[in-house]
Amino acid sequence: MKLAYWMYAGPAHIGTLRIASSFKRVHAIMHAPLGDDYFNVMRSMLEREKNFTPVTASIVDRNVLARGSQEKVVDNIIRKDKEEKPDLIILTPTCTSSILQEDLANFVERARLNTDSDVLLADVNHYRVNELQAAERTLKQVVQFYLEKAERKGDIVTEKTPNPSVNIIGISTLGFHNQHDGRELQKLMTDLGITVNSIVPQGASVHELKKMPSAWFNLIPYRELGLATATYLQEKWGMPYVDITPMGVLETARCIRKIQEVLNQQGANVNYEDYITHQTLNVSQAVWFSRSIDCQNLTGKKAVVFGDNTHAAAMTKILTREMGVHVVLAGTYCKYDRDWFCQQVEGLCDRVLVTEDYTEVADAIAEIEPEAIFGTQMERHVAKRLNIPCGVISAPIHIQNFPIGYRPFLGYEGSNQIADLVYNSFTLGMEDHLLEIFGGHDTKEVLTKSISAQSDLNWSEEALRELEKIPGFVRGRVKRNTEKFARERGITRITLEVMYAAKEALGA
Amino acid sequence: MTYISEKNIDDAINFQCDTGNYHTFCPISCVAWLYQKIEDSFFLVIGTKTCGYFLQNAMGVMIFAEPRYAMAELEEGDISAQLNDYNELKRICEQIKRDRNPSVIVWIGTCTTEIIKMDLEGIAPKLEQEIGIPIVVARANGLDYAFTQGEDTVLAAMVNRCPRESEIKQEKRHNPLLQLLNFGKKPEEADSQYHPHPPLVLFGSVPDPVVTNLTLELKKQGIRVDGWLPAKRYTELPVIDEGYYVVGVNPFLSRTATTLMRRRKCKLINAPFPIGPDGTRAWIEKICGVFGIQPRGLEEREAQSWASVQDYIDLVKGKTVFFMGDNLLEISLARFLTRCGMRVLEIGIPYMDKRYQKAELELLVRTCEEMGVPVPPIVEKPDNYSQIQRIKQLKPDLVITGMAHANPLEARGINTKWSVEFTFAQIHGFTNARDILELVTRPLRRNARLLELGWTSLVQE
Repeated sequence: MKLAYWMYAGPAHIGTLRIASSFKRVHAIMHAPLGDDYFNVMRSMLEREKNFTPVTASIVDRNVLARGSQEKVVDNIIRKDKEEKPDLIILTPTCTSSILQEDLANFVERARLNTDSDVLLADVNHYRVNELQAAERTLKQVVQFYLEKAERKGDIVTEKTPNPSVNIIGISTLGFHNQHDGRELQKLMTDLGITVNSIVPQGASVHELKKMPSAWFNLIPYRELGLATATYLQEKWGMPYVDITPMGVLETARCIRKIQEVLNQQGANVNYEDYITHQTLNVSQAVWFSRSIDCQNLTGKKAVVFGDNTHAAAMTKILTREMGVHVVLAGTYCKYDRDWFCQQVEGLCDRVLVTEDYTEVADAIAEIEPEAIFGTQMERHVAKRLNIPCGVISAPIHIQNFPIGYRPFLGYEGSNQIADLVYNSFTLGMEDHLLEIFGGHDTKEVLTKSISAQSDLNWSEEALRELEKIPGFVRGRVKRNTEKFARERGITRITLEVMYAAKEALGA
Repeated sequence: MTYISEKNIDDAINFQCDTGNYHTFCPISCVAWLYQKIEDSFFLVIGTKTCGYFLQNAMGVMIFAEPRYAMAELEEGDISAQLNDYNELKRICEQIKRDRNPSVIVWIGTCTTEIIKMDLEGIAPKLEQEIGIPIVVARANGLDYAFTQGEDTVLAAMVNRCPRESEIKQEKRHNPLLQLLNFGKKPEEADSQYHPHPPLVLFGSVPDPVVTNLTLELKKQGIRVDGWLPAKRYTELPVIDEGYYVVGVNPFLSRTATTLMRRRKCKLINAPFPIGPDGTRAWIEKICGVFGIQPRGLEEREAQSWASVQDYIDLVKGKTVFFMGDNLLEISLARFLTRCGMRVLEIGIPYMDKRYQKAELELLVRTCEEMGVPVPPIVEKPDNYSQIQRIKQLKPDLVITGMAHANPLEARGINTKWSVEFTFAQIHGFTNARDILELVTRPLRRNARLLELGWTSLVQE
């Protein structure tokens, strides 16, 4: 048992449902007790979905507990087949069905005999995998099922398209800014003269899957979703894949160069160097933006980054390499894939934190006292409490992270968006400077709100006045550091001298 | 008032029971309002990631305000009994005691603890002895209950923790300090404004302003409220003993009522619920009736209440409403909206206790007769899919439904009101009638403004 207040990644069935509801005409039936269909609320709320979420529950109640589901699951599958006429029904186990150990595979077999749609049992174990891993597995399972089915029927399309083409794999429902990223990637592919063969799973029909092998390569923009599918497609169908997340100017360039290499190996003879240079220097504003003098103020500012593997790693790279920000701590909650993360951020931050416990992250932030945080909704709340600005860069997310305006994180437009996010998170450069000179917006401001507001130390009038001159957003830190300095030396009265001594000693 | 027997209710109302494939909140959601109500409590939900994920998402921002609830998240070792339940719970409860030091820890049993048959009721008394904090066990799981019924299971468990008169007397004898504290109070004097009547305890968790409000309404009739279940603090649970009268304020508290009657030998006053001016008046009248008190000024009070919401009534009059059903407040709300002049097309409800809700059902029938509208069918354990087919056919002016269906229905040009808001808003008593109508009319008011734009249906079908 684990005492838990909050979690970063959801339970396994959420991952399966995200895949099912991303495809067109795929219906998921959860084998679950009443109230477990909360996914529908999330999708309808967060994505403001206009259509009914294609997820229903075959309810596990007291009778099921006593006698087993018997015909119930089968009946529900057949009923849904008649009502909605989906292409595929995915029977989704939950934590409850995991321990009931009913033979769901058998129900699927039996239901199949009476349905027009295909029926699959999602191969996920609640106690072994989380939302992200489950999504990964289910996507691969669906793709594999339809490719093998097409292979048996002989209508699989393996002949490569005449022009270079790509499958973009991993765009999904409830994914962080996935809809916008999908559009941005399509635009990038068009710019590079690459045809988009399919986007999977978002908006795809299962019938399209059989033409996946006709693409020249697969693009996997996110670390968490699509890699298993890409690996399968490589092993079985010899398709190469590119798994560099095009997030940030440098990584976008690296991704495009890798695409170039993959295409040229198949005889495309393309050269994207001019495109990269042109985009970097003239089209995307991010590079010029971080070079402009206003952004000098970002130099060496302390930041903490936390999120899923993809976004936390990419963000760490952007902050350190492209903006000169000092990333004190980079962390991820993707414990199952920790090695990849550590390797990605190696040398780019002082410390790496891999944990699923938000209190550990919150404590680390409180200790570091960074000038800005880039994290999930959870870090945003921690930041609010500590009065530190925060930009949200990763799921778990709330409704405000599903903007209706165009906000990709990937590609060249994504790098513009990220530059804005970073810049707006730190206090504006010139404002920062002026505040420091003139001692804050309002010198009459009282000293409250900081964590150590109630202190046993005695501040002299002069020292207090001096403290008031320090801009609000660093004042708390200066106060704490000074007090810490004083306590360590057994000083009880803080005078101007003590303040300056502390500043010198701690560099604060 | 004409008396309608249970059989007559069956004749007057068309009760149906469907497949139970409907959307509602898991009953563990009750921790969200109960931990706020019972200020010195800590709620520990013993379940899986699924439960935690639901709570975290359903409670939205509340989770970040240092909540007094948490998950004891079961891992594979717990499921396969490789770990010892007692030791695991002990470790976690000791940590809670250390960090929060609550007056009570409420264990919420979930589907998983039911299936693996974790003996929470057996472990609790032992652990309670060992750590010195009361542990109350409530099985609020999705196998048996829906949404608000979670509160019912918690309160039913709390009944057994309410002190008896004999215990209090004994405590007084042994605790001179308590006598000292009561010294100076002159109970006889305070009593003079009340009619002599046996002790009355109200049950149901409502926000404190509602507690004050309903207590004062009864005081106006000379009726003293001797206690509320739950009280503001666990340490202030009311005395409940044989012969006490009890009355519920919410329609989903049938287990609590049963427990009070069977375990504590209390007398249940079966009344409609104080939701809407009509319900509030009927509730007070019924209590007065049981105590043989002639109610004073209630008719004027009700008329005054109706007059103050006339602007809203003009908006809803003649409109049709469809309850998909998910929180058990449906009968009371339908009865109130019928009185407001709306026509109710269907009352979906998760579970229908015809005995506990008897007076409410009778009032519904009477209200329909008086307003000259047919009594709507009551659909227990509804099937959301069939309901949506009916909604498409009937085109109601308003659908009261869960969030899973609200946006899709709006996109199809159907006005919806999110049902969960009724459980969190203050809807009891004369003064809160306006709040109910504020909720009901909001989509009508909003959509009336957008109507002239002509974009009612936003999907292609």
